[in-house]
Amino acid sequence: MERQEFSPGPIVKKKGQLYDNPEKKVEKINLIIDGKKVAAEKGMCILEAAHMNGIEIPSLCYLRHINEIGSCRVCLVEVEIKGVKTLQASCVYPATEGLVVYTSSPRVRRVRKTMVELLLSDHHRECTTCVRNLNCELQNIADNLGIRNIKYTGEMKTIPIQNQNSFIIRDYNKCIKCRRCEAICSKVQEVNVYSGINRGYDTVIAPAFMQDLSQVACITCGQCVIACPTASLTEKECLESVWEALEDQDKYVVVQTAPSIQVTIGEMFGYPVGTVVTGKLVAALRQLGFKKVFATDFSADLTIMEEASELLERLKNRNKLPLLSSCCPAWVKFAEHFYPEFLENLSTCKSPHEMFGALTKTYFAEKEGLDPGKIIVVAIMPCTAKKFEASRPEMGTANFKDVDWVLTTRELARMIRQAGINFHDLPDEDYDTPMGIASGAGSIFGSTGGVIEAAVRTAYYFSSGQEMDLLDYEELRGFSGLKEAWVKLKDQTIKIAIAHGTGNARVFLDRLKAGEQFDYVEIMACPGGCVGGGGQPIFGTREHKEISLDYRHNRADALNRIDYSKELRRAHENPAIKKIYSEFLKHPLSDKSKNLLHTYYTPRGKLPELNQGDIKGHVAGQVKVNMPPQDDRLIYQ
Amino acid sequence: MNILKIRSIEDLKAIKTKYHPLIKQRLGHSNGLGLTQILVCSGTACSSSASQALLLELEKEIKLRGLENNVRLIKTGCFGFCQHGPIVVVHPGEIFYCRVKPEDAKLLVEAHLVNGKIIEKLLYREERTGAKTSQIAELDFFKFQKRIVLSNCGVINPEDIREYIARDGYFALAEVILNQNQEQIIDIIKKSGLRGRGGAGFPVGKKWELTAMQDVTPKYVVCNADEGDPGAFMDRSILEGDPHSVLEAMAIAGYCIGANKGYIYIRAEYPIAVNRLETAIKQAQKYGLLGENLFNSIFNFDIKLRLGAGAFVCGEETALLHSIMGQRGEPRPRPPYPAQEGLWGKPTLINNVETYANIPVIFRKGWEWYYGHGTATSKGSKVFSLAGKIKNTGLIEVPMGTTLRTIIFDIGGGIPGNKKFKAVQTGGPSGGCIPEKYLDLPIDYESLKETGSMMGSGGMIVMNDDDCMVDIARFYLEFTQDESCGRCTPCRVGTKRLLEILKRITAGNGEMEDLEILEELSYDIRDASLCGLGQTAPNPIISTLRYFKDEYIAHIRDKTCPAGVCKNLLEFVINEEQCIACGLCAKVCPAGAITRDPKQTYRINPEKCVKCAACMAKCPKQAISKGTVRPNKEVITDGATGIFTGSDSQEERATL
Repeated sequence: MERQEFSPGPIVKKKGQLYDNPEKKVEKINLIIDGKKVAAEKGMCILEAAHMNGIEIPSLCYLRHINEIGSCRVCLVEVEIKGVKTLQASCVYPATEGLVVYTSSPRVRRVRKTMVELLLSDHHRECTTCVRNLNCELQNIADNLGIRNIKYTGEMKTIPIQNQNSFIIRDYNKCIKCRRCEAICSKVQEVNVYSGINRGYDTVIAPAFMQDLSQVACITCGQCVIACPTASLTEKECLESVWEALEDQDKYVVVQTAPSIQVTIGEMFGYPVGTVVTGKLVAALRQLGFKKVFATDFSADLTIMEEASELLERLKNRNKLPLLSSCCPAWVKFAEHFYPEFLENLSTCKSPHEMFGALTKTYFAEKEGLDPGKIIVVAIMPCTAKKFEASRPEMGTANFKDVDWVLTTRELARMIRQAGINFHDLPDEDYDTPMGIASGAGSIFGSTGGVIEAAVRTAYYFSSGQEMDLLDYEELRGFSGLKEAWVKLKDQTIKIAIAHGTGNARVFLDRLKAGEQFDYVEIMACPGGCVGGGGQPIFGTREHKEISLDYRHNRADALNRIDYSKELRRAHENPAIKKIYSEFLKHPLSDKSKNLLHTYYTPRGKLPELNQGDIKGHVAGQVKVNMPPQDDRLIYQ
Repeated sequence: MNILKIRSIEDLKAIKTKYHPLIKQRLGHSNGLGLTQILVCSGTACSSSASQALLLELEKEIKLRGLENNVRLIKTGCFGFCQHGPIVVVHPGEIFYCRVKPEDAKLLVEAHLVNGKIIEKLLYREERTGAKTSQIAELDFFKFQKRIVLSNCGVINPEDIREYIARDGYFALAEVILNQNQEQIIDIIKKSGLRGRGGAGFPVGKKWELTAMQDVTPKYVVCNADEGDPGAFMDRSILEGDPHSVLEAMAIAGYCIGANKGYIYIRAEYPIAVNRLETAIKQAQKYGLLGENLFNSIFNFDIKLRLGAGAFVCGEETALLHSIMGQRGEPRPRPPYPAQEGLWGKPTLINNVETYANIPVIFRKGWEWYYGHGTATSKGSKVFSLAGKIKNTGLIEVPMGTTLRTIIFDIGGGIPGNKKFKAVQTGGPSGGCIPEKYLDLPIDYESLKETGSMMGSGGMIVMNDDDCMVDIARFYLEFTQDESCGRCTPCRVGTKRLLEILKRITAGNGEMEDLEILEELSYDIRDASLCGLGQTAPNPIISTLRYFKDEYIAHIRDKTCPAGVCKNLLEFVINEEQCIACGLCAKVCPAGAITRDPKQTYRINPEKCVKCAACMAKCPKQAISKGTVRPNKEVITDGATGIFTGSDSQEERATL
């Protein structure tokens, strides 16, 4: 086989993905919008053509390249053909040469208003108590159209809210059937949890048989939450529990922040995308009353130590290759549901925040002389899947969970607002030691490619005893769905790959199934990695900027800037890591680390509630993969 | 036995020669075979009035008398005279018997076959003249018809491909494959002026051309047999009576556009049609008329069935395509049209059953002949199914441009029970109600559209004075609302709100401003909906508001239902002078609402009355009448009025 060094793999372009094909030829066309001759590109819909020319057409169901189904009918415009004006959905009607369009004629405004009124007549309008209040697309549009009363009244369905699971709440009563959740789940993530059920007025967009998300093959990534224009899909809030813990004098509440939080929390307070606000974030958390403010970046470094060692071990024995990263809990669940044959290949490392929790309640408690039962670990995560992960029984001991509460970026922002903290005026503060000390390698965990880059830096050092030139990794930082490269370690060259978005992961895993050879693969469930996580800020605007990859790229750039700005850029250089190994864990993959920092996986099947022949669901007799032989932490009483 | 596959026109001719004499006799010519043929209608309507049991009885009787060598029993498709089924026709002589029961089999064999006597009591009595008629051609019902598409229905055995070939079937396919190219075929269809029979009336030739133009392979041919309009059964009857005409047309279409695969999407609720199609496809494959190398050419074509689960919206072409592909039956925006991106993203030609059934005729008789029928814009004939308040419920075919009066009064026999004609609903739930003043309108695509209705697939439901137009609008809205796929806002929520307003009005809780909202919302839904279902769903409201606004006003302002249909606006009263106190009404009352004090006549307690009208039917002296609620009395309504849930329709309507 011919060896190439760091050549980026082919860009995989699939329908429904977020990328524009850069090689696409652009053909210019002209059309007449609202009496003005404007230029647009061939293949655009009217809505995009208008947007390009500064004319905004409201819409609810439209997500560029993901959901173009023309179902909400809010984006209606008048199109004039041969003197006849008809109403057309501008999000699906192609802009063609010479087309005459009216985007705001009296008829358009009236019908548009009717459409929104109809939606509102079937929407539980609890704006003032709604979690998406002031941040809701439906609310914005109703306001923009000046709807003051709703002519149409009648039956309003009341369906019990589904909130049994630990990660996402489904409120059918606020659903406007825009199908964005369905589209992002099936076209981008290719998990296919949602679909239309029933007909007519009784239509609901739900998992099969309207089951709870915990009963179906949901990977908990939360992309549907990001896509939802209203509060029909929201994260399961656990703010109150955190407030309670903070008030409890008996408890010692420790907080950790995921690497990507420092570059996204600012957006919730009006900072431009990609602003690094680490110092203010730490100050805010301290002001909220957390005893210690730590960084998950620290345990990301630790993950690197473990995972790089695991990689070298597997390379040495040439078994269970490729090694698949396990930092992303949504990806892990995806593998458990859809690719159980690869569970052997998953790294046994827990995700960084769980490692952090385990160490806080052992190493840190020991060091500080605290009762681990009294420590509450709160994790600020960009993610809904971490909420699920924290509730996995294997993540903890019989006595306590590794991580007690997981808050999303959005929840933390709400908490800061509730406390009346003026984020802008906060001083810059530093994380507490020792578990706040992190290398740049830990920070880049937050974007796609970061884990593998960080791990390779350390694996190179482990294998050769020398440091590697860092600039080499630039190639792996692009945002194409799948990246492949060769990396030269000391005595061998390994083939690595990076996929983000589980839709891309499917493509890649199917190639693995077909027999392609790789050595080390990083997979992140959300497009863009954690910077595009399901717990990140939502803006409720027409541009849906939080969904676009460009936007996520800007956040990733900020993480890379943090990496560049740090003196420590390799996990194994981190003094706190060195110290924890010398004082507590001894060495990577020691018995103690295996016990505290590693986990096992459970095949769940595509229908988790049913026993499916050879792949058994978790209800029918758990089949555990990678379960440590002696697990003294899992003694249930 | 190994059947020799048909490879040339000569092979077809050989079969035709062999089987044509039988057919000839059925068309009223002598064939010199000395055979008697008994045709028994085996369409759905006649089958449900026991024509299949009759068939077995006849077979038994014939065997019993040892006539099996001289008498042939033939199953046929629908004659159209469904009201008077089961239909039996005996050849020679073309003796037309109707309402033949299984127990009549003995009589029929004995009297007619053995003794050669015509059985008077089984003949049809023309109501207009009172005369009994034995000849098909003399019946008013058939006299005014022009059967082009249905020419084989009731003539051939639909389960025998040879009889179809004897009627020149598959000759058109042979002709196009052997002697014509794409352009010629498209040219012929374009010149014939044929328009889609599924509803919108899109020119068929243009559609074929558009699909043929696409430079993508593979392509598909799809037949839309998802006939879902209440009271419509044209497509079903064609498939039951002449399935091969559709198969032949699809093969021609396949050859024309360059497709090798066809799908027929048919509702599973049509078991006989599905069965006949399966048989027909199997036979055609056996004879080499479907499959590979048709007529020794390089053209391959095969057809598969796809059964629909009965969703009305799957009659919409894009929803139908989704359903064939195994997805949820929901329409998608067009463009791209199916001709550009259809099944699995490939160019797909999709036409309705009746459209296809026209194709072989056009090739057989020439486009000039076909073009000679119909009006300036609408060529050929149209099959309609007559239902509702009409004497001759059934299936008819008339040239385009026939007036409604001819259809309803001459062919349909008018309104039963000396009632007055009020309106006719055409085009199914998507159509509108056409009032009396348009009875003399020659009907075609354009004229129907002008009246606010549409051609649709050809359902015709006749209404008389007993029908409340507000209730009719409510009925159709309930249907479309229930059948909406739920994808777009106006259809999902809008039709629900329309229905709620209509329910309010029929319950006597309407207000004058409701009319305004009703009208406004109707137009908005029409203009804003994603697919044909939503765009046409308000048509019943728009047309009834246009022609019968007074009825709406009566419901709202006077709280009366002029037709006496809307229960909440009705009251049943016993006329004390006529009452003989027999007590039958009190006995039959399911609600215990009828009581009497000693030595007095019976009275109905309006609080308890459920308005079932059982007492009215039972009363020997016709002492009970239904009237509208007295104006000074407040109408009784339940608290939840306006918030009904789906299925209460039947209870909301009086039974009489």
